[in-house]
Amino acid sequence: MSLTLTPNISDPDGFYAELIGSQRELSEDDALRMNARLVLLLANHIGDRTVLSEAIRLARAPGG
Amino acid sequence: MSNYVYPRFPYVCSAEQRSGETRRHPVVVIGAGPIGLTAALDLAARGQPVVVLDDNDTVSIGSRAVCYAKRPLEIWDRLGCAAPMVDKGVSWNIGKVFFRDQLSYQFDLLPEPDHRWPAMINLQQYHLEEILVDACSRSPLVDLRWKHRLVSLKQTDDHAQLAVETPDGIFTMEAQWVIACDGANSDTRRMVGAEFKGQFFQDRFLIADVKMKADFPTERWFWFDPPFHPGQSVLLHRQSDNIWRIDFQLGWDANPDEEKKPERVIPRIRAMLGESADFELEWVSIYQFACRRIDQFRHGRVLFAGDAAHQVSPFGARGANTGVQDIDNLAWKLSLVLHGEAPDSLIDSYHEERAFAADDNILNSTRATDFITPKTQVSRHFRDAVLDLAQHHAFARPLVNSGRLSTPTPYVTSSLNTPDGAPDSGAMTPGTNAADAPVTRAGQPGWLLNGLGGGFTVLTFDDAVAAKELSVDGIAARVLVVGRDIADARGLLAERYGAAEGTTYVFRPDQYVTARFPQFDEAAIAAAVRRACGKTGTVQQELAA
Repeated sequence: MSLTLTPNISDPDGFYAELIGSQRELSEDDALRMNARLVLLLANHIGDRTVLSEAIRLARAPGG
Repeated sequence: MSNYVYPRFPYVCSAEQRSGETRRHPVVVIGAGPIGLTAALDLAARGQPVVVLDDNDTVSIGSRAVCYAKRPLEIWDRLGCAAPMVDKGVSWNIGKVFFRDQLSYQFDLLPEPDHRWPAMINLQQYHLEEILVDACSRSPLVDLRWKHRLVSLKQTDDHAQLAVETPDGIFTMEAQWVIACDGANSDTRRMVGAEFKGQFFQDRFLIADVKMKADFPTERWFWFDPPFHPGQSVLLHRQSDNIWRIDFQLGWDANPDEEKKPERVIPRIRAMLGESADFELEWVSIYQFACRRIDQFRHGRVLFAGDAAHQVSPFGARGANTGVQDIDNLAWKLSLVLHGEAPDSLIDSYHEERAFAADDNILNSTRATDFITPKTQVSRHFRDAVLDLAQHHAFARPLVNSGRLSTPTPYVTSSLNTPDGAPDSGAMTPGTNAADAPVTRAGQPGWLLNGLGGGFTVLTFDDAVAAKELSVDGIAARVLVVGRDIADARGLLAERYGAAEGTTYVFRPDQYVTARFPQFDEAAIAAAVRRACGKTGTVQQELAA
């Protein structure tokens, strides 16, 4: 399995609004903590180690 | 600083003001902007005399609204005005989004081919208004009165009383119905005590119209954080006559009075276009955005449309485009009620349907504004991450939001819709505006929407149907038979309407699907027309009988 890089989220605007809205009232630190938890939750959902490694690599260098 | 010569329309003292005799008019429209003028034309097209009052005597100062979408062009085509707009305007399909000094991604608005009107044209508001004023002046039913300012409004159950100020003093007129199209700062809205609530955005934008000969392509270009305007966004649009619209985001701390001085504006434009750029400033304004709407589109005998009823940020071209669709929704209903062919309560469906559309527009516009102006540091990181990733990976591109461009909101939950009788027939469900398609009429190439016209129309794919017109409580519904009245030479009509043998659609006078059935069933069609006219009670009685 490889990392999905084509659009895969239905209702992208709704998703983005929910994500940003969920942090609207948070301090910067609290938002960063929430993001860390969110990454871990999603990583566990994906599970596949190859996919996770590929995502980590691309997040460090988006063009790489 | 403008090259455009503003027309001056003559003030004429009305007969009723001269005589001092109070007259009651069926409809008075407040405000001769794009929405008020469209209201006058649409009512006149339905045989309804209408008076339009405007406190000024010229068109919009500065270009203001710029982008007009396909659906308003279809509406203006029904009113005979779209062709000169498209001729004078600039059509475009490509939008590019830049992040810092890189192209992040580009989109193509070009819908499927074989539609009559383009996805979007850009045209200065003053040109558009001149075309509409010209059309009004050719209509014997439109009484357009310049230098007429509404100063007070009182209502009873069956009319409104208007005090109107002109250069000859104040006089009183009465109206069975008033359509308030007097913009975001509507005085009429204050006069009826309506609430106008929503969200203000703590940001300011500099809007400049610039005349230049430039070799930019005719595309919408949007920059996030460009080198020439760091930390903010910039939008570039082409209009007609070599006029270009540039929006600079300035942030909340900008001083509006200082920022609109040419000595502040010109260096910003030079930084963008280069030191050698040759341009002239046409018009400059500082904007602050709000997304809000009126509590009720109907206050007794006063109906609100356009910015008087709802205000959005400009990202997505949802202001004037939505207002024109308000009128498309209202004019046929008002006309039926004035002719005694539908109950007064049909007017309430105007609020039901258009408040639903306004909320959809406000939602989209708020989301775009939130993307363009992140409210927190972490949300800015998310925004920048989306833009970074979009450069390299397709998945992030749908998340980039520099404005979702205006498309009609389907009235999916409207009480005027008949439950879908042909759910297997594709996307044209009740509440959706009619998709256009090329057809042949009397051997000549034409378009479906021109064939639908401005009344109730039944479109059927059953070529054995003989009826030319149905009469439902005196309301005519024209019958358009595919294979008899129009030919679907290329099969696109059947494709867009998911049609099988017998599929039958009922369109409202604003060209929205109100019902569809697997067969041509006169009783079902009549019930759908009654329901679309707000006569649900009658239908229930008949079913019970």
